[in-house]
Amino acid sequence: VGRMETAPKPGRDIPPKKDKLPTKKKRPRRYWEEETTPTAAAASPGPSPNKKRNRELRPQKPKNTHIPKKSRVSKKPQIVKKPRERRDAEPPRSLSGAQDPFPGPAPVSVEVAQKFRRIDKSKKLPHSKSKTRSRLEVAEAEEEEISVKAARSELLLAEEPGFLEGEDGEDTAKIRQADIVEAVDIASAAKHFDLNLRQFGPYRLNYSQTGRHLAFGGRRGHVAALDWVTKKLMCEINVMEAVRDIRFLHSEALLAVAQNRWLHIYDNQGIELHCIRRCDRVTRLEFLPFHFLLATSSETGFLTYLDVSVGKIVAALNARAGRLDVMTQNPYNAVIHLGHSNGTVSLWSPAMKEPLAKILCHRGGVRAVAVDSTGTYMATSGLDHQLKTFDLRGTFQPLSARTLPQGAGHLAFSQRGLLAAGMGDVVNIWTGQGKASPPSLEKPYLTHRLSGHVHGLQFCPFEDVLGVGHSGGITSMLVPGAAEPNFDGLESNPYRSRKQRQEWEVKALLEKVPAELICLDPRALAEVDVISLEQAKKERIERLGYDPESKAPFQPKPKLKGRSSTASLVKRKRKVMDEEHRDKVRQSLEQQPQKQEKAAKPMGARPSALDRFVR
Amino acid sequence: MSGVRAAKSLLALREQEELEDLPNDYPLSTSEDEGDGGGERKHQKLLEAISSLDGKNRRKLAERSEASLKVSEFTVSSEGSGERLVLSDLLEPVKTSSSLATVKKQLNRVKSKKTVELPLNKEEVERIHREVAFNKTSQTLSKWDPIVQKNRQAEQLVFPLMKEQSAFAPIEHVLNGWKARTPLEQEIFNLLCKNKQPVTDPLLTPVEKASLKAMSLEEAKMRRAELQRARALQSYYEARARREKKIKSKKYHRVLKKGKAKKALQEFENLRKTNPAAALEELEKLEKARMMERMSLKHQNSGKWAKSKAIMAKYDLEARQAMQDQLARNKELTQKVQVASESEEEEGGEEEEGDLLVPDAVNEAHMTADGPNPWMVRNHSGDAKEAEIQKDPEQLPEPMANEASESEEEERPVAEEEILLKEFEERRSLRKKSGLNQDAKPVSRQETKADSSTQEVLSELRALSQKLNKDSHQCRKQNVGSARTVLSVQREEPAGEEEEPPLLQRPERAQTLEELEELSKEGCFQNEELPRPALEEQQLERNNQPSAPKKKTKEQMIDLQNILTTKSPSVKSLAVPTIEELEDEQEREQKQMIKEAFAGDDVIRDFLKEKREAVEASKPKDVDLTLPGWGEWGGVGLKPSAKKRRRFLIKAPEGPPRKDKNLPNVIINEKRNIQAAAHQVRVLPYPFTHHQQFERTIQTPIGSTWNTQRAFQKLTTPKVVTKPGHIIKPIKAEDVGYRSSSRSDLSVIQRNPKQLSIRHKKQLKKN
Repeated sequence: VGRMETAPKPGRDIPPKKDKLPTKKKRPRRYWEEETTPTAAAASPGPSPNKKRNRELRPQKPKNTHIPKKSRVSKKPQIVKKPRERRDAEPPRSLSGAQDPFPGPAPVSVEVAQKFRRIDKSKKLPHSKSKTRSRLEVAEAEEEEISVKAARSELLLAEEPGFLEGEDGEDTAKIRQADIVEAVDIASAAKHFDLNLRQFGPYRLNYSQTGRHLAFGGRRGHVAALDWVTKKLMCEINVMEAVRDIRFLHSEALLAVAQNRWLHIYDNQGIELHCIRRCDRVTRLEFLPFHFLLATSSETGFLTYLDVSVGKIVAALNARAGRLDVMTQNPYNAVIHLGHSNGTVSLWSPAMKEPLAKILCHRGGVRAVAVDSTGTYMATSGLDHQLKTFDLRGTFQPLSARTLPQGAGHLAFSQRGLLAAGMGDVVNIWTGQGKASPPSLEKPYLTHRLSGHVHGLQFCPFEDVLGVGHSGGITSMLVPGAAEPNFDGLESNPYRSRKQRQEWEVKALLEKVPAELICLDPRALAEVDVISLEQAKKERIERLGYDPESKAPFQPKPKLKGRSSTASLVKRKRKVMDEEHRDKVRQSLEQQPQKQEKAAKPMGARPSALDRFVR
Repeated sequence: MSGVRAAKSLLALREQEELEDLPNDYPLSTSEDEGDGGGERKHQKLLEAISSLDGKNRRKLAERSEASLKVSEFTVSSEGSGERLVLSDLLEPVKTSSSLATVKKQLNRVKSKKTVELPLNKEEVERIHREVAFNKTSQTLSKWDPIVQKNRQAEQLVFPLMKEQSAFAPIEHVLNGWKARTPLEQEIFNLLCKNKQPVTDPLLTPVEKASLKAMSLEEAKMRRAELQRARALQSYYEARARREKKIKSKKYHRVLKKGKAKKALQEFENLRKTNPAAALEELEKLEKARMMERMSLKHQNSGKWAKSKAIMAKYDLEARQAMQDQLARNKELTQKVQVASESEEEEGGEEEEGDLLVPDAVNEAHMTADGPNPWMVRNHSGDAKEAEIQKDPEQLPEPMANEASESEEEERPVAEEEILLKEFEERRSLRKKSGLNQDAKPVSRQETKADSSTQEVLSELRALSQKLNKDSHQCRKQNVGSARTVLSVQREEPAGEEEEPPLLQRPERAQTLEELEELSKEGCFQNEELPRPALEEQQLERNNQPSAPKKKTKEQMIDLQNILTTKSPSVKSLAVPTIEELEDEQEREQKQMIKEAFAGDDVIRDFLKEKREAVEASKPKDVDLTLPGWGEWGGVGLKPSAKKRRRFLIKAPEGPPRKDKNLPNVIINEKRNIQAAAHQVRVLPYPFTHHQQFERTIQTPIGSTWNTQRAFQKLTTPKVVTKPGHIIKPIKAEDVGYRSSSRSDLSVIQRNPKQLSIRHKKQLKKN
């Protein structure tokens, strides 16, 4: 999950996920299994050469590509082995005589626990009194215990992501959708489909939070919503007006459609519930699920935040950059990214009238922006035919860039960090090396040619599926390894019933995050407002006439035998003052190299309270 | 007769006194004239007799005085005599008797006693009493401190604190209301009745109860007796210890020590025979002592005492001896306990060495058990790890010998220690490397950093080469080419770059950010219009300048041009998107490129301008207090003088550096988000003195969204839990194990002013 902070909560009324792409999935190794599988697999008969690719995707795939993976995982059994040895030394016996094969608490690897740690211990604290220190120690111990608990519960995340691997030297990009469909099971194969809708022009599409429902709107007024897994149509209407964008609100029951003039909201039966005239000529829509905010960007250059829980417009910000038609949200901190024609991307929050930051990304105008689910990377494509990835952690510097033959018009990140770009009628997908690494643009992971020009792209949450809206209709592509395999049953459960959805709705509304909390660093809430603190302190000093916390100035003691002359008093005072000054200088000298080090290293990824925006 | 004589003499005395009292030149009465001469003599004699009474033949001058009113009935006045009569003199009998000596002594003692001093005045006494009482009270109260502290730091307090004992209901009472209902119960009931077992009322038969009671009494008695005995023994022991402690004889102590050592040795031998495990433990203690010694270097003649002795050693044989003793002790302590496996062949020598070395039985036990000997432990773990490592094909050379001879290794651990240590080091480093490889993120970040730095260097290189070969186009091309080859090596750049010359040439015109800014400050962006020679001159100038500072700034600043014009390699996509008009594709592309290039220039300039404005706007403003027309001529078109303006200008303090200072392509808004700040904590709670400390305690989110259920419950447990319907009584001393209440202590103090501390006594004296 990268830096997703939500603790894993599996096992609560979650049916087992059968319809993930099981072929692409590595079977999880159980503790009772020995490491004999690779050798046994190696002995299996080799397949015919002409079916090479398909063999690649089979679940019982018995080839050497697997073995290095095993060896990489082989750390695990070592950890498990240790307690076993301990058990041999002193076997604890219960009353019944049965032995606990794994005595004691389950072992937790340090790296996993590290993922859940929030306190940055590398930061030096000013010297603290014993009472304070005890409080700090308590807090640190608590944090450690909790992180260990969270890490332990990660053991219950049984599902593993799918993957696609080529045999030595084989390019995965050459594997066509048809091959994949042929290789996977029927349930997964059913997830690849094309909707031929040539009549109503290029389509925009949107998946619901749970990934179960799909809504799409054609430019010529065709709006439809369906449960795309079962292919059950929920509604289909024609709004008789140009449809610019379409988006699900917090649940699949509400649908926002940006039409030619105004913003309309429909329910899942296609009944128009609202027409919001304050949002006119909307070009793009974004929904911030934890704040219940619908962000709209308009042709008139306004970015409007609409609180859908109370139906109020929270903020209407003038971007002063002409027509806005490139917008995306950062799921990590709910900041809206707008792309402008002057090559800049601006970052917005409803609390500020000006952009939080402005980044010059391209020499030409910005055509598309996408931010990955951990809020670490931003991908932009511009009129200069370049595709760039930026580091969003403080520095906003480009990490990699690549010139595409025709430039990418649409970009999308998947939950696991795959980057899809729609260029003309081709979709390219890139993947990164590791889990939290940016997509390397060296060579594509998958490519697919569509029957029309791409007009909308979105990865389906919790399914290895990429939905592409184009001028010829809708295409649902299979992209192994795109989605997060384990979902939080209380947060976004694809299998939830109506009752569960209602329950969730109430809870989500109760936990709604105020709109003004949106800022670049969501952990700012866990910080003290230093400016107000200092202001209050200053006021207090003014009121009292002295600083109650300050150290009393040094007063030399009177001495006998004429040594208490004014000159000597002054001298003594001077001495103490000089000593203090020397201390200060020493301290600052010590701090200087530290500061330089700090400046040298880039801001690390810190886990944050608002990581739960990660979908 | 005798009575008459005495009266006569007394009369005579009186007369003498009278005479004495009178002044010499006073005319005497005629009636006494005749006995004048004889009286004079008598008086002299009397005086002499009196003066010789105390043995000292001293003459005192007679004082003149008025006739005294205080005349005793014997006409003897104390005045004027000059001699003091001591009480004891009067008591002295004619002949000295020994029995009176004690009385005399007592009298002397009474005499030597000083007078009782004045008591302190009331306020002071009260103050002192108060102070003492306060000290005492605070002392008694401080007994509660640990409990209070514990309760304050407790994660959770459940009130009432002491669990009330559940009301004791004897089982008979519970069973009273019970009746056998089901058939099974009835059957059991019947069975019990048949066997005359107590069913409901008394669970125990009376006999049993009685016996139990008797038992308990006996037990109690025994216990009491035991306690008494223990107490007595303890007191004996204490007394003995006290006595022995007072013995100052060195010899005695030496003998004692020797005896102790002998005894310990004996015990150890015995232990070894009977219980080898315990002996082993003893041995470990020895080993530990050795380690402590090795760590602390306590007996190396380096302490204060030893140093002082060293000075003395020259002259004092005893001191020398003491020092040598200490050194010997150090040696003895630091000597390593020999392990049997190591020295199987040395066993004979070991025995010779004697008491301190370890018997082999112990060593065997040591070998088998996984003892705390670090070297042994390491050996074991090393073996285990080796077994794992064997699987690695890379690690072939090292462990070949080890694998073969595990048993040998155990026999010669010291010899292989170093090898093992080395191996561990290597393995650790290997593991580290692999760890680095695994988490590719930091590495990649480093790479990018390195990449950017190389980019900078390369851009500099390129800029320099361009400056040198500006006019000769071919030359330049070559140079750039060479630079580019480096570049291509660095970044593995495919050869797609030549296809986009306009894009590439753009950055060469405005090379650095400084240049750009300078130019834009001049108002017009005349990069193209600038005549060549002038440009060259500028560049030459810059070249001639010492380039160090410039380079420095460059290092800090990331070049905006570089960011925007990184020559990104073009993607070789498998599926090239179909394009409608293929015929004039080339031409169109060229056109668009040029267009984009021109647009790009504007983009950068605009952005820089915008950034400059933002920086200016965020800077704190200076305050100008000059009033035109004051102290000088005023009027339209007249400005106050520069001097005056300078004088009345209040410079604003420079704020903290901007976050985007070194990021040319970014403008970060420095304004504070007031709405979000309203949600932040703005007061530091009590024990914290710095906001960073407090921040650390609120870092962990406590919601169930971020935590497991258990963790959430733990984080949200209430600090205080009260049970409804229970009385919360104040804490009692008995509950926490104290007997005496504080009040009794206090009363004792107030009644006993003798218990004043020394300090207070001093104070009293001073007063």
